[in-house]
Amino acid sequence: MIDVIDLKKSFGSLEVLRGITTTIKEGEKVAIIGPSGSGKSTFLRCLNCLEDPTSGSIIFEGVDIADMKVDINIHRRHMGMVFQQFNLFNNKTVLGNITLAPVYLGIHDLRVKQFKNFFIRIKNLFSRKKTPLYEITKTRRQIIDEANENAMRLLKRIGLEDKADAYPSTLSGGQKQRIAIIRSLAMNPKVMLFDEPTSALDPEMVKEVLDLIKQLADEGMTMVIVTHEMGFAREVATRVLFMDEGRIVEENTPQELFTNPQHPRTKEFLSKVL
Amino acid sequence: MGSFSKKLERFWEVFYEYNGYQRVLTGLRNTVYIAVLGLVIGIIIGTLIAIVEVLPKYKRLPRILNGICRSYVGLFRGTPIVVQLLVAYYVVLPLIGVNLPSLQVCVIVFGLNSGAYVSEIMRSGIMSVDPGQLEAARAVGLSYRVSMMKVVIPQAVKNILPTLGNEFIVLIKETSVVSFVGAADLYVAFSYIGTNSYEFMVPYLVMALIYLVMVMAIAFLVRMMERSLRKSDRRN
Ligand SMILES: Nc1ncnc2c1ncn2[C@@H]1O[C@H](COP(=O)(O)OP(=O)(O)O)[C@@H](O)[C@H]1O
Ligand SMILES: [Mg+2]
Repeated sequence: MIDVIDLKKSFGSLEVLRGITTTIKEGEKVAIIGPSGSGKSTFLRCLNCLEDPTSGSIIFEGVDIADMKVDINIHRRHMGMVFQQFNLFNNKTVLGNITLAPVYLGIHDLRVKQFKNFFIRIKNLFSRKKTPLYEITKTRRQIIDEANENAMRLLKRIGLEDKADAYPSTLSGGQKQRIAIIRSLAMNPKVMLFDEPTSALDPEMVKEVLDLIKQLADEGMTMVIVTHEMGFAREVATRVLFMDEGRIVEENTPQELFTNPQHPRTKEFLSKVL
Repeated sequence: MGSFSKKLERFWEVFYEYNGYQRVLTGLRNTVYIAVLGLVIGIIIGTLIAIVEVLPKYKRLPRILNGICRSYVGLFRGTPIVVQLLVAYYVVLPLIGVNLPSLQVCVIVFGLNSGAYVSEIMRSGIMSVDPGQLEAARAVGLSYRVSMMKVVIPQAVKNILPTLGNEFIVLIKETSVVSFVGAADLYVAFSYIGTNSYEFMVPYLVMALIYLVMVMAIAFLVRMMERSLRKSDRRN
């Protein structure tokens, strides 16, 4: 699903990613571990081009999204991202957070199709060969209603439907992060990227967030997750990448990597965190 | 104390019976006129500059525009407003051969000057919004422009509005120099009263009080606005 080929990223003269090559297959749950500053976040953020790669390719569904000429916004719709600091939109209610993108993008696409159809109709008046119109299945109203229904369904799933009209500043960290997760889900992503989703949480809230992520994993969601929760990585991941100094030093199944690490740096890191 | 009541009497004589109050009203009107229009022009210019500043900078044109805006802001923040007034009135306008009434010159200069400050207010208002907000909006597939319009700018406005109120207070106070180019403000009115009553203590005291009351009233409104903006953060 995502092919990363010799990905490099520098900030000025600082080389943060020094050539990363890996493939993330559909249904895989890839955990990324490694010392702080090793480039884990940068790697994850390159996957949806929040950081523009300096060189290399990221082939997502057959398109190299590292190419500056592609419209990255289209591809980002299919990649959910969850941040350490939640980043709920402070000026929107919980419901508004979840529906902003589906509603805005849905209506935007509708307008674009209507606009194009207008010209196709004119063209069809004058030419014998009729160009087919873009299919329009939903009205503006239906897009909004559907987005709201979907958001409420997702909120019910995490038991926060009574918070639909609350603002983020009134929520606990665990609630914020779970809402951030379903905000991504509302776009029906093909893959979810998590950057230390529980690192900013108070300890008693870590479980509720991990449980939700685990549920998604069990439902078959493809995910890449940077985490310091080794127990979680071991339980949920199908593959673990150990990163150090901008490279993937070692990758393996969690059983192998945690019990039988090959590389000395992996051993050293694991001996510190386990 | 006896002499003070005599001073009051003389002040009152010129203020009331010789129509000094009409000059005061004119001065007050001009002060408010310059400050309000100056702020309006300032907000328009400041918004345009702020838009240029948030444009993505990897193309050539935004970079050039940005350079122009930076020089403009540097120029108007780097010189006192009295100097700007004098230069506009006695240097620039004669050079380009335009004749404008001093009140209009004041409005233009105050507008240009406050544009520079308002652009800085807007810039820091936008910069104080957590960058994670923009990233989260980009991450769900919204374009830069839409992310700014729907997520970043609404939050920046909350930071900006109260500070604009403070800018208005600054403008009100700074109008006290417009007599340098011959515009009739409160200072002109009260020094007229002083000259004609041979007595300056009471007129300037009253002038000071008028400024103080105006500024305090606006400051109060700004605080009210701040409070109601903050309230919406906590709404349940
Ligand atoms: N926007 C940036 N500008 C400059 N340096 C950065 C930026 N983002 C990350 N870095 C640097 O890149 C290195 C790797 O950072 P990061 O990917 O966040 O590591 P990790 O997530 O593994 O802790 C760090 O040295 C960090 O200081
Ligand atoms: Mg990190």
